[in-house]
Amino acid sequence: MEPQLSWYLALSAILFTIGAAGVILKRNVIAMFMCIELMLNAVNLTFIAFSSFFQDVTGQLFVFIVMTVAAAEAAVGLGIIITIFRNRESLDVDDASILKL
Amino acid sequence: MENNLLSLIIFAPLAGAAINWFIGRRLRNERFIGLIACGAVAVSTVVAFYLALKVGGALRSTEPVFDHLWTWIQVGKFRADFALAMDRLSGTYALFVTSVGFLIHVFAVGYMHKDEGFYRFFAFLNLFMFAMLTLVLADNFLLMFVGWEGVGLCSYLLIGYYTDKKEAGDAAKKAFITNRVGDWGFVMGIMLTFFLTGSISFFNKPAHGVTSALQTIAGMSAVDPFTWQAIFAGGVTSIAILLFIGAAGKSAQIPLYVWLPDAMAGPTPVSALIHAATMVTAGVFMIVRCSAIYTHAPTAMFVVAIIGAATALFAATIGIAQNDIKKVLAYSTISQLGYMFLACGLGAFVAAIFHVITHAFFKALLFLGSGSVIHGMHHEQDLRRMGGLKKYMPITFATMLTGWLAISGIPIFAGFFSKDEILWRTWSAGLFSLPSPAWSKALWFIGALTALLTAVYMTRMMVMTFWGTERFREKHLDHADSVQGIHDDAHHDDHAVHEPHESPWLMTVPLILLAILSTIGGFIGVPYALGSLVGLHPTNYIEQTLDPVVAKVPLAKAEGEPAAEPVWLSHPPQPTDGAPAFVSLDESPATHSAEDVGAERLLALVSVGIAALGILLGRIIFQRRPLLVMPRILENKYYVDEIYDAAVINPINAGSREGLWKIFDVGVIDGFLHAIGDVVTEGGRVIRHLQGGFVRAYAAIILLGALAVIGFFAYFGVHAMRLVP
Repeated sequence: MEPQLSWYLALSAILFTIGAAGVILKRNVIAMFMCIELMLNAVNLTFIAFSSFFQDVTGQLFVFIVMTVAAAEAAVGLGIIITIFRNRESLDVDDASILKL
Repeated sequence: MENNLLSLIIFAPLAGAAINWFIGRRLRNERFIGLIACGAVAVSTVVAFYLALKVGGALRSTEPVFDHLWTWIQVGKFRADFALAMDRLSGTYALFVTSVGFLIHVFAVGYMHKDEGFYRFFAFLNLFMFAMLTLVLADNFLLMFVGWEGVGLCSYLLIGYYTDKKEAGDAAKKAFITNRVGDWGFVMGIMLTFFLTGSISFFNKPAHGVTSALQTIAGMSAVDPFTWQAIFAGGVTSIAILLFIGAAGKSAQIPLYVWLPDAMAGPTPVSALIHAATMVTAGVFMIVRCSAIYTHAPTAMFVVAIIGAATALFAATIGIAQNDIKKVLAYSTISQLGYMFLACGLGAFVAAIFHVITHAFFKALLFLGSGSVIHGMHHEQDLRRMGGLKKYMPITFATMLTGWLAISGIPIFAGFFSKDEILWRTWSAGLFSLPSPAWSKALWFIGALTALLTAVYMTRMMVMTFWGTERFREKHLDHADSVQGIHDDAHHDDHAVHEPHESPWLMTVPLILLAILSTIGGFIGVPYALGSLVGLHPTNYIEQTLDPVVAKVPLAKAEGEPAAEPVWLSHPPQPTDGAPAFVSLDESPATHSAEDVGAERLLALVSVGIAALGILLGRIIFQRRPLLVMPRILENKYYVDEIYDAAVINPINAGSREGLWKIFDVGVIDGFLHAIGDVVTEGGRVIRHLQGGFVRAYAAIILLGALAVIGFFAYFGVHAMRLVP
């Protein structure tokens, strides 16, 4: 049987959910980041799937943009993590809980 | 006619008050302050006499002297001007208020010598004259009420003048608050007058577009029925009763008289001026001014007469048992005021004003004389510690003698003519405001009994003060507190005996002048019946002057006749046709029926007899036993103050403290404010957790929010908010 669109979308949804759960539940900052990347890639998969099935190239264009943004964001985010790690010697996100009034 | 000098009468004392308050305080020079104060009142006196007695003046024609200062309030139909009017009634009043006031001011300069607050005293005294003259000369109810309140304020300031004595402050508050109760009635009366007549002015002033409320009421030919329901009917009787409540407060009638005896805590010139001669007669003035209202309200007149008679007798019975010289005079004042209201209640308005004038003379004299005695006795006020003063204070003694004879009603002194006039009018009162003829005889009897008691207690006072043994020398007399005596302890700590001395000329000269007035003052109102006894036909000046300006009681129906339209004896008051004043009322024998004249003469004889009997009784009883103790209930003034405390004051106090303060103010209002604060605090405590700094929580919330938005669009479709066309 040929892969249906819905299979791709389901896979994408599952990946996204796993990524979202990971962002909330993981304590290691690097692991949080990897989950964020996972969410972004799940969305990419959705776009490609639609682009392929409707023969519309706009989806692939959008994937380009998403990947660019993901790369930039990863660079900045890792820079922040390294700075915080230098100050705290810990990669536990619960230790960075001073973002409050 | 308009005459701008009229405003000088009220503004001179005001200026005096201002000068004394601001400049006198710096200078602290008694001569300066005294001159300014007495000078201001002297200016008022001179201007008043001029405007009243000049050709075409207020007392010599029927046209009042007006002075429209400015239009104060004009809203719709309601019009109140700051405008003065001197007609015959207010002119008469202005004359004796200013002259007696002047004499009292002069006396006070001597009495208050070396007092710390000299400037303050005279500033207040002048302010009082300003307020009183405004009251008298006002041409509408509202301005009269301004003066009314002003005299109440000055009374408060002056009673409480001795700021170091707690009882003075308490008495001042009591006076003001009791007056306030009366003022409620007065204001309601003014409002009802406006409601019924559309105006609150006394006079017609077509040039200023003002109509007279009194004329409107006077023009009503129908009279309110003589029933109790008329009081609550909202008509003329209601106005009359409400105004009388105001008068009862200001003029110390039952039930609002309780402040006047306590007011004796103020300096004696204050007692003389305010609580004898002028302020307390303001109530009588107001009723006579509104005579047009009262002659349309027989029920109200009946109430006035009954309360007047009751107060007269009640106060006389208390006065006989007092041991403080000023308290005796205070209750005497209340009693004499009762006479005036009795006269008003029976339609004898002119007689009431006559008694006001003579009472001002002899009561001021008696109060100032007692002030002289107190001053000479180094501030001793208790009668039981006086005695035999006639050889130490001869001038005071001689002048008080005339005052005593005048108030007791001995002819030819002033009090005899006015009191006798009232008693005659009571005896011969018609049936307009009385249910039956027996009432007029009963009221006459009460009046006669009061006259007897008056003579007795005044004689008691004179005997205890001026005759007999010199009790102030007796050291064994315990330093016991007299029941109501207020005396300056500083002078008695060492029990040394101070020789009593006569007072300086500043104090004795006014006494002499007032004594002269008390002697000859009655001759302005000699009735025909008595004058013709000696073959003279003197003009009854007071009756001729005031007759045109007071309303007459209509001829009432005889008992049993069906209610008919009343027959008015004369036109409504205040005709302004400019007719000359002293058109002699026909004094020929033809206008006075023989039996009336005979009855009047007989009654006059009875009055003299009563006065003589009272004096005799007083001398016999008290010459021998001056320290005779009177019945406790009288000495304790029937415990009225205690009853008021228990029945009215303490419940209000308790209600305010427990209910209004603790439950409402602290509980509800403060509680409400506290609750608002508490809500905010608690809410904050809960919402605080939104920003705990817990990063993963932030992440979770972001996710949940995103889910909510996606879910919304998933459920309702992408066109749900018309964002995508």
